[in-house]
Amino acid sequence: MSLFMIIFYSLSFLAVYVQVFFLVTFIENRKKIFIRHEKLNLDHYPTTTIVVPCYNEEKTVAITLESLLSLAYPKDKLSIFVVDDGSRDNTWEILQAYKENPQIKLFKKENGGKHSAINWGIENATSEFVGCLDADSSVHPEALKRMMTYFDNPETMACAPSIVVRDPKTILQYAQAAEYDMSHYTKKMLAFLGGIHVTPGPFSIFRKKVFDTIGYYKKAHHTEDQEIALRMHRYGYKIDHCPDAYVYTGSPSSVPKLYRQRVRWIYGFIKNAIDYKDFFFKSKYGTIGIFTLPSGFVSIAGTVILLMFAGSRIYNFIFMKYMKIQATGFGSVFGNASFNFDPFFINTRAFLFISIILYSLVILALINGRRMIYGKKMVLWDIPLFMIIYSFIAPFWLLKAVWNVITSQEASWTNERDYLLTKKTL
Amino acid sequence: MKNDWAKYIIVFFITTALFAVAGSLSNFFTDKKIAEMRSIQNKLATDVLSSETQFSLLSELSCEQEDATDLSNELSDLAEKINFSETNIKNNDEVTELKRYYSILQIKDYLLAKKINQKCKSDLVPLLYFYTTANNCTECTKQAFVLTELRSKYPNLRVYSFDYNLDLSALKALIKIYKIDDKKLPAIVLNEKTHTGFKTVEEIEVLAPALKIPEEKVEGETKTTTKDKKNK
Repeated sequence: MSLFMIIFYSLSFLAVYVQVFFLVTFIENRKKIFIRHEKLNLDHYPTTTIVVPCYNEEKTVAITLESLLSLAYPKDKLSIFVVDDGSRDNTWEILQAYKENPQIKLFKKENGGKHSAINWGIENATSEFVGCLDADSSVHPEALKRMMTYFDNPETMACAPSIVVRDPKTILQYAQAAEYDMSHYTKKMLAFLGGIHVTPGPFSIFRKKVFDTIGYYKKAHHTEDQEIALRMHRYGYKIDHCPDAYVYTGSPSSVPKLYRQRVRWIYGFIKNAIDYKDFFFKSKYGTIGIFTLPSGFVSIAGTVILLMFAGSRIYNFIFMKYMKIQATGFGSVFGNASFNFDPFFINTRAFLFISIILYSLVILALINGRRMIYGKKMVLWDIPLFMIIYSFIAPFWLLKAVWNVITSQEASWTNERDYLLTKKTL
Repeated sequence: MKNDWAKYIIVFFITTALFAVAGSLSNFFTDKKIAEMRSIQNKLATDVLSSETQFSLLSELSCEQEDATDLSNELSDLAEKINFSETNIKNNDEVTELKRYYSILQIKDYLLAKKINQKCKSDLVPLLYFYTTANNCTECTKQAFVLTELRSKYPNLRVYSFDYNLDLSALKALIKIYKIDDKKLPAIVLNEKTHTGFKTVEEIEVLAPALKIPEEKVEGETKTTTKDKKNK
């Protein structure tokens, strides 16, 4: 067996291992997963501040604020801090419509990156809880109350919501919707295992004392929401996930936009994991060190290897066609093609069956994720869409992110939005 | 949070079991494929033997049985399957064994074709083709494409292909007779003459003037041409 195949099988083993681990966790804990449809009444509504960092968000910020104002939560207990991080478009002008609203406070500062905008808000907050909501996202009216129930456990220090793609239109957005639904499942399983590695920008809620104890957000390679979660694990803080707290987020509508976003995420993941390399395989850090971070690397390495594998197959195919043309001319390649199907020529090496097992586990994860969020009413047609599209494009952003790590090129949240603005003005 | 080591171990065993299932399924299908090839081979062996016997019986009397060795399609079907298995069922001794046996069958069929040619003046054109799998021989791949093309064009062409590196004494004898040099592969033998290096379709057509397009094809082409002319 070649070295390449040994690596391929080892990574496949680890990938199947990860999925089986999630499945076993799901079977163990499935009765603890619940979705609430009724309106909740809490005994106690703790004071909460939601920080909305904006940079060139003129199109979406109003939707975000309206959804926050519609939250079913006592108005005197909920403050909204909007921090304009030096936008170059009309964001600040649009925000003026809310300056008289007693729940909303507007801040404008020089551009300093998303983390600085959130920190600005947190520093000014005096509430028991703080959260953040990206200005391209909106929330379900019951989301905050539902999340607050998870803080009944005094050990819970932060809670992540379920992020759903808002109003998907393009094929790419439908594919992302499926991906996000699978991530609910992954996140909930990681919550059971105590190994959530990211408290996402859209609407994660923290006890304020988290920031008072461990410090504020850092730049953290433009993925501050990953770094803060890792830092919380260093302090042994518990992060939970609330599956029925829906947050609707805008998703990149085209491949280049998605590519940029994902390069930033993966790059951030790798860099943060390197910064927290002392977590790896240390049992004192629990699941995050033994399972979450290593499995992230397994999936990156696995995808890269799969790309090389598929690439070599495609190269081989093209090379053979080229040789055939060289040997016998064009006519022979396109003419007299025979399509006699003989099942003998189906490749039945072990990797075929391993791929079938792995794909089945991924589909099962996705279905479980959907069932967790929507109950039994769910669509399944976008699952193959997700699998096909992501198989083709995900390896490229993974490779680019790995390349950027090697060559130390940072992708940035600000640049991402500047790019969109430039494109728009062009 | 404390790690649940028992769970890590249980999951390890489940994953190992899944891999074992994948491995067994793969072995099951590999065995089925080898069995299929063996059955084709057995049939071929019987057919070759039957042709030889038939020829021995009839050769002195008549040459009407000129289709006696028409195993060309079955041979090439088996060749394709062996080729596929060589790349897709790696390190399988059984595949090599099948290939050795297949090569002997080819030699037998080649000898029979030659005999028929001599006795009955048939229009068969037997062609020996030697390639190598020991090093990356791109010229060999190209030569194989050319021969496949020629085979489909001229049904009276019989291609017998041999892997130079196959450990088989009968093949070694053939290599010795035709003075095949492993440094100059691919090589073809036509009319008892060895030609080394890559040969194009046109070059082989010149080397084997006996190659002819079957009458139905020629007729078909003529008809089309007349029709075309009318249209014009």
